[in-house]
Amino acid sequence: MGMEGIGARVARKEDKRFITGAGRYVDDMVVPGMKHAAFVRSPYAHADIRKIDIKAAEKMPGVIAVLTGKELKADGIGNLICGWMIHSKDGSPMNMGAWSPLAVDRVRYVGDAVAIVVAETKGQARDAAEAVAVSYKEKKAVTDAVAALKSGAPQLHPEAAGNLIYDWEIGDSAAADKAIKAAAHVTTMHIVNNRLVPNAMEPRAALGHYDKAEDHYTCWTTSQNPHVARLVMSAFYNVAPENKLRVIAPDVGGGFGSKIYIYPEEIVCLWASKKSGVPVKWVADRTESFMTDAHGRDHVTEVKLALDKDHKITALKVDTIANFGAYMSLFSSAVPTYLYATLLSGQYVIPAIHCNVKAVYTNTAPVDAYRGAGRPEATYVLERVVETAAREVGVSPAELRRKNFIRSFPYQTPVIMNYDAGDYETSLNAAMKAADYAGFEKRREKAKKAGKLRGIGMSCYIEACGIAPSAAVGSLGAGVGLWESAEVRVNAVGTIEVLTGSHSHGQGHETTFAQLVSQRFGVPLDQVSIVHGDTDKVQMGMGTYGSRSGAVGMSAIHKALDKVETKAKKIAAHLLEADEGDIVIENGELKVAGTDKAVPWFQMALSAYTAHNLPEGMEPGLKEGAFYDPSNFTFPAGCYICEVEVDPDTGQTEIVQFVAADDFGNIINPMIVEGQVHGGIAQGVGQALLEGCVYDAGSGQLVTASYMDYTMPRASDLPSFKVSTSNTPCPSNPLGIKGCGEAGAIGSPPAVINAITDAIQNNDLAMPATPQKVWAALKAATRH
Amino acid sequence: MSEVSMVVNGRRVSGTVEDRTLLVHFLRENQGLTGTHVGCDTSQCGACVVHMDGKAVKSCSMLAAQASGSEIVTIEGLANGADLHPVQAAFKEHHGLQCGFCTPGMIMAAVDMINRHPGGLDEKTVRAELEGNICRCTGYHNIVKAILAASQTMAKGKGKTKKAA
Repeated sequence: MGMEGIGARVARKEDKRFITGAGRYVDDMVVPGMKHAAFVRSPYAHADIRKIDIKAAEKMPGVIAVLTGKELKADGIGNLICGWMIHSKDGSPMNMGAWSPLAVDRVRYVGDAVAIVVAETKGQARDAAEAVAVSYKEKKAVTDAVAALKSGAPQLHPEAAGNLIYDWEIGDSAAADKAIKAAAHVTTMHIVNNRLVPNAMEPRAALGHYDKAEDHYTCWTTSQNPHVARLVMSAFYNVAPENKLRVIAPDVGGGFGSKIYIYPEEIVCLWASKKSGVPVKWVADRTESFMTDAHGRDHVTEVKLALDKDHKITALKVDTIANFGAYMSLFSSAVPTYLYATLLSGQYVIPAIHCNVKAVYTNTAPVDAYRGAGRPEATYVLERVVETAAREVGVSPAELRRKNFIRSFPYQTPVIMNYDAGDYETSLNAAMKAADYAGFEKRREKAKKAGKLRGIGMSCYIEACGIAPSAAVGSLGAGVGLWESAEVRVNAVGTIEVLTGSHSHGQGHETTFAQLVSQRFGVPLDQVSIVHGDTDKVQMGMGTYGSRSGAVGMSAIHKALDKVETKAKKIAAHLLEADEGDIVIENGELKVAGTDKAVPWFQMALSAYTAHNLPEGMEPGLKEGAFYDPSNFTFPAGCYICEVEVDPDTGQTEIVQFVAADDFGNIINPMIVEGQVHGGIAQGVGQALLEGCVYDAGSGQLVTASYMDYTMPRASDLPSFKVSTSNTPCPSNPLGIKGCGEAGAIGSPPAVINAITDAIQNNDLAMPATPQKVWAALKAATRH
Repeated sequence: MSEVSMVVNGRRVSGTVEDRTLLVHFLRENQGLTGTHVGCDTSQCGACVVHMDGKAVKSCSMLAAQASGSEIVTIEGLANGADLHPVQAAFKEHHGLQCGFCTPGMIMAAVDMINRHPGGLDEKTVRAELEGNICRCTGYHNIVKAILAASQTMAKGKGKTKKAA
């Protein structure tokens, strides 16, 4: 390992601009002639639009244009789509309702966009938006997915009878039923995974610029995957053909999934720019973000876990209802199916698994992937039911897990996944040691004397990252391939640019990707630049989500580096009059192994471009590209232990210890990996203790629409975390990387709830475990 | 319209703004100082923290007119030329930022916090003092670490700046 190579704890290159206020986010962009947009949004959860009167708004000061859905449709702009086809168990395709970027005749959730106002200033645009008179006929709304399935429930889309999008299953129902019937013990639970709002700190924004001279569009947008945005806007929304549309995602202030999707606003800003003849910028305020960013989770699940007399798990049966909101967001259909049910085997040998999922329309914001996407929901179901089963049969939760661990790899689960490698016991042991699990009962006694209820809970999670290979996901319904691209350009002076289809919005790619290059060629980090986030610079890419940038994005770079290395060695061999096979790259030089004959890296690069003395037939230049399509998912796994103290008088929970032991395979920069885990845990603890998105059931109004109403985790809500990693290299990619971006959010919620329910000795506790809920559960427990 | 005049990062500036213009919008739009961010609309997140007459304020919660006549320091004015302020250096060294959006406000709040605690800080105090700043990326772990480290550096050097890394 070099000072700046793979495994080095290098401080981030990108930090300089962020700590000096020089970062460039979409809202910081200024284009000559740029004007500002505000959207007119539905105040109702469900209503017919009778009439839209824009006359008064058009006369307001500074107003340039007021545009509605009718004009949008007349210009042929298409409906938003979900890009992953799921078939119901009866073979029928999912029932996708139409989603117009601007609603034309009906609104289906509070915040549904109806019109756009473009004006000289943001304030003027907002004033005029309030003057747009929309006549609504309010309809009955339904916000709860279970209620939406009942007969007589308000119906959202004519395409989806009974609000049912699909009724899907995986696994062997009969085998699971049989094993449950024959079981020595069956644990049954009703589990709710609370709805969350992702809340990246940078609100979504879009700047659309139509250039009349070139008949060309540019869109600056807060996107995790600008190339996918360009592809979808071209292929499906008819905004502009790909060669006429440039999408730029500059510095992006956090994503967590919510910035994967293509939303109505960027489509409408581009269209409105052409329509009004001015560049149009829109920036969401926080309440708009709460109302219209894709939300996460919102599952209601019934689960049964069967054990034999030796406490071996024999079956798992899961029945889930997933709330999709008012429209199917881009990736939504895959979340409660292939990212959820396929992970239900967890770290355990479970011979029979069956899962049924009903996806349902409701009058709420669209729901899609949020950090973890399906895998936190699966982990929560499994790790709550396993912990509960251990308590019911009276064995240690750790030992029940240990007894059922998968120990031989590759392991084929009954729900598609083929785990390539893992060592779950090592993580379990590391976490138990770090948490002093053995000493817990003493701490519990001590806390009791101080009037506190202390509890401990664990969670052994597995996740699947680097969703791939493309042919496999295609066969499961994905509308795109899930490879990644890279191009490595060695300049004539030896400095290097890496163009990547991955996108960094906090992950530190400018540092870690450069470390990969530095490791390979011995070039200092400051001579390596990472270029990303611009479809005019990087030809194609699939972006960053699902912890894929390491496993897939860096593997593409690795592949391109292989090609560069091969050519560089050929050039060096020619210059040194040596055999290509004898050339090694060390300390910035290409050397003939075992001799003092060497050519500096920069001189080799210069030779590639002067082309005065290249091997016979070799093209000048040194630039190579690669597309990398993984051979399998990767399977990060680990064990999290949470220890809490509950104040019995107030129900207040304090996390007194949080331990994470993760197996991410090989690690490029441990400092960045730890940071990813910290952030993930904070979001998971947020879900468990604080965060819950609430819609009023009657009116469909979003009750939690600001930071005054939705409890974001703050510094005082969290402890410092004890994190460690073990490294079982992933055999499915050349770097042995598994991915680390989502683990914290996946593993932590069940650990927290298992700890609190242990403390209060009542297992009936729903997230978020607010003091009120904990206090009530405690009182209910002590009444028994 | 209001006439406003103030010293921003050591430079006297003035402008004519709508009465309702917030300080943050005057800084971002009139002065082009886009390092100060807007993350919420309810003075909860702290991405907009700047210093007014030496104290941390949320620039989204006051009018530009209210700041007229005062001295403002934004994140762009914190470093001494190429020399980072010790809090900036500590955020980098301890990986106290990821996406960078909350970072300017975090750093400005942290500088104010350290100034208000000349006797030093402990973890509990730092966490309590960060009540008005939300970060969604870091889980605060490394932010707390960075502030504690910067507090020590500043106590030793009495605010001397550290060479940019």
